[in-house]
Amino acid sequence: MPHRSRTRLWMVATLGTVAAVGLTACSSSKTTSATDDPNAKVTLTVGLFGTFGFKEAGLYDEYMRQHPNVTIKEDDVEQSADYWTRLKTRLASGSGLDDVQGIEIGFVSDVVQNHANQFVDFASLSESSSLKSSFYDWKWQQASTSDGKTIGLGTDTGPEAICYRPDLLKAAGLPSDGATLATKWANWTDYLNFGKQYEASKTKPASSHFVDSAASIFSTAVYQGNEAYDNAQGKPDVANSDGVKSAWNYATQAAQAKLTAGLQQFATPWNKAFSNGAFATIACPTWMMGYIQGQAGPSNAGKWSVAPVLPGGATNWGGSWLGVPKASKHQKAAEQLVEWLTNSQQEITMWTKGGHWPSNSQAAADPSVKGATAAYFSNAPVGQIFGDIADKMKIPPIGLYDTQIQQALTTQLTNVETKGTDPNKAFNDAMDAVKQVTG
Amino acid sequence: MAVLGETAGSRIALRRKRTLPGSKAAYGYIAPFFAVFIAFSLYPWLDTAWVSLHNVRLTTYDQQQWVGLANYRNLFTNKFFYNALRNTLTIGIISTVPQLCLALGIAHLLNYKLRGRTFFRVAMLMPYATSLAAATVIFLQLFDKDLGIINWFLAELHLPRLDWQGSKWPAQIAVSAIVTWRWTGYNALIYLAGMQAIDTSLYEAAAIDGASRWQQFRHVTIPGLRPTILFTIVVSTIGAAQLFGEPLLYHNGIPDGGTSNQFQTLGLLMYQQGWTNDRLGLASATAWTMFGIIVLAVLCNLWLSRRRGQRLVIPIAATPSTLEVVR
Repeated sequence: MPHRSRTRLWMVATLGTVAAVGLTACSSSKTTSATDDPNAKVTLTVGLFGTFGFKEAGLYDEYMRQHPNVTIKEDDVEQSADYWTRLKTRLASGSGLDDVQGIEIGFVSDVVQNHANQFVDFASLSESSSLKSSFYDWKWQQASTSDGKTIGLGTDTGPEAICYRPDLLKAAGLPSDGATLATKWANWTDYLNFGKQYEASKTKPASSHFVDSAASIFSTAVYQGNEAYDNAQGKPDVANSDGVKSAWNYATQAAQAKLTAGLQQFATPWNKAFSNGAFATIACPTWMMGYIQGQAGPSNAGKWSVAPVLPGGATNWGGSWLGVPKASKHQKAAEQLVEWLTNSQQEITMWTKGGHWPSNSQAAADPSVKGATAAYFSNAPVGQIFGDIADKMKIPPIGLYDTQIQQALTTQLTNVETKGTDPNKAFNDAMDAVKQVTG
Repeated sequence: MAVLGETAGSRIALRRKRTLPGSKAAYGYIAPFFAVFIAFSLYPWLDTAWVSLHNVRLTTYDQQQWVGLANYRNLFTNKFFYNALRNTLTIGIISTVPQLCLALGIAHLLNYKLRGRTFFRVAMLMPYATSLAAATVIFLQLFDKDLGIINWFLAELHLPRLDWQGSKWPAQIAVSAIVTWRWTGYNALIYLAGMQAIDTSLYEAAAIDGASRWQQFRHVTIPGLRPTILFTIVVSTIGAAQLFGEPLLYHNGIPDGGTSNQFQTLGLLMYQQGWTNDRLGLASATAWTMFGIIVLAVLCNLWLSRRRGQRLVIPIAATPSTLEVVR
C-alpha cells in the first residue's frame, strides 16, 4: 500500500512539472530582436476597423512590391466600438497590440489624453516638419497632445454633403437637380420646409420619407456650432452647448413633423432601406458614399446623386489616423508604412479608387482629386462638391466622451420619432444617460 | 451496494486507519483545478471587490482613486439600477415559470412508451445546442415590427400589431420567449432523469386505487420529483439573474436594453457601465451587488424547501437502481 501511493505521488509530480513547463513554453512570446536593418524580413500587422480601403485600393500589394522584405497582414474588426473596446483592453495590459493601429475620431481624444506615451511620437521624428505641413492643421492638432506630441498621421476625413434620390424627388414633383437644391437646402429651416413639401406630396411613393432619421440631422448639425459636446475648457458640457441646442431643435422638428423614416442608423433595417427607397435624402459624409454603394448594390447604380450643399454650413463627420504603438517590435518599419500610406500620392488613390477624402492637404489640392466624378452617383462632380466643402469646414473641439454622448442623444431621438416621446422629456432622459457616462 | 462500516472486518479496519489510502496523491489530482480556479476565478473575484471601492476608468486602469462605498451609494440611488433590477425580475419570472411548467409536462409525456421516443428526446435538446447569436437573430426577424411573421399572424387574427422591440412588455415577452425556447428541452431532460428514479410500483398502486393519469401526475410524479424541481428552480434563478446574451443581441449588440432601457437586465447594465461608459468601478459594484442578489435568491429557495422538509439532490449522480428502469 505505501509503495503504491509513493509511485502515484511521483507520477503526479512528474505530470505537474511537465504541464508547467509546457504552459510556460506556450506562453513565451517570440523574442525577435527589434532590428533596424531596413532589409530584414518583417511581417507587419495592421489593426483596423470597418473598411479603411487600403486592401481594396491595392495599396498593400503596391507597398509589398516596393519593399519585398515586408509582408503586411491586416486584422479587421467590423464595428469601431468593438475595435475600441479591444484596443483599450490591450493598451491597459500593454500586450497584443498590432504594429499599426487605426484610431478613429470617436476615440482619438481618449488616446491622446491617456495613452500618448504608448504611441510613437511623429512630431519627434526627423521628418516631422514635412509631415506636419502635409496635413490639415486641425487634423494634425486633433491627434496631438497639449505639449506637442503627435500620436498618429491622418488617413481620411469626412466632409459632408447631402446624398439624395433624384427619382423620388422628381416623383414628388419637386426639383431634383444639384444646382437648384443647393439654393433650396442652404439652411436647416429651408431643408425642413422642403421636407414638409415632400411629405405632403400626393405623388411621392407611399412608404417613403424625406430623411432616414432625426439622428442624421442631429449628428451633422451638432458640429456646426462653436461647441459640440465639450466646452472651451475641455470638459463635457452638453446642456449649454450651442451646437447641441440647435441640432436638437432641428432634429426634433423633423421628428415631430414626421419627416423621417424613424430608422436607427447602422442597424440592419437601415442597411436595407438604401435599396428600397424608404427615404429620399441623407446627410452624407464622403465615406457614406462607399457605404451606400455597398448596401444598395450595383442594381441601384445611377439612382443616387450628391447635392453640392450641406444645410447649416460645411462640417466634418468621421475620419481616422494611423498610429504605431511603442510595443511594436518593428517600429521603424511600421513608421515607414504609415508615412507611405498617408502621403499625398496614396491619399489621392484612396479618394479616386475608394471615395475616402484625404486629410493630406496636398492630396486634396491635386487636380485629379478635385476633378473626380462618381459613376454610381449619377456622375456627380464629387471632387468639386466635397473639395469646396472641405475647404470651408468648421471643426469644433472634440472630447473624451463624444461617441457615448452622441449615442445617448440619438437613442432618445429615436424615441421621439417612433414613440412620440415629448422632446423635453427625451432630452432630460438623454442627460441622465450622459451623466452615467461622465460620472 | 456495500455501505462503509457495515461488515465487522471493515469497521475494525476503519478504526485502525488514520487516513484513507491514496489521500496524498488525491491532492495532486485536484491541485490543477484549484490552481486554475484561484488564478481565473478567485483572484478576479477579489480584485473586482477591490476595484469597486475605487473610481476606475477602463482607459486609465492604473489610475485608481479610492472612493470607499461611493459606487455602491451611486448604484442604490440610481434609477437605471432599479430599472434593470425590475426588468431582471420580470423577465426572470416570465421566462422561468412557464418554461419549467412546460418542461415538466413534456417530461411527463415523454416518460410514457411512445413511438420514436429517442427522436423526440434528441429533438427537444436541439435548441439548447444552437448558437445563441443565431437563435436571437432568427427570433429578431420573427418578432420584427413590420416584416415579422408573428405580427403578420396577429394581423390575420384581427389583433393589433405589437412593437416587439420598442414597447416594454412585448419586448420582455419576446426575450423570455428566446430563453424559454432554449432551455425548456434541457430542463425537461433533467425532469425525465428524475422521473426514472420514481418507483413504477407506486404508479401501479395508484392505478389500482383508481387514480387517473392526471392524478398520478399530481400525487406520484410531482412529490417524487421535489428535489429535482428544487434543483432546476435554483439553477434557473441563477441563470435568470445573470441574463445577458439574449437581451444584448436583441438590440443588435447595443447593451442599453432598448432605446428606453425597457429590457435592460443587471448583466447588461454592468456591461454598459464597464465597457460602453468606461466606468469599471461602478461596473464592479454592480457585479458584486448581482452576486449578493443571487446568493440571497438561492438562500431563499433553500429556506423555502427546508420548510417543506426536502433536501437538495443533484440528479446527475444516478443511483444504480435507476439505470435498470425501462427507457
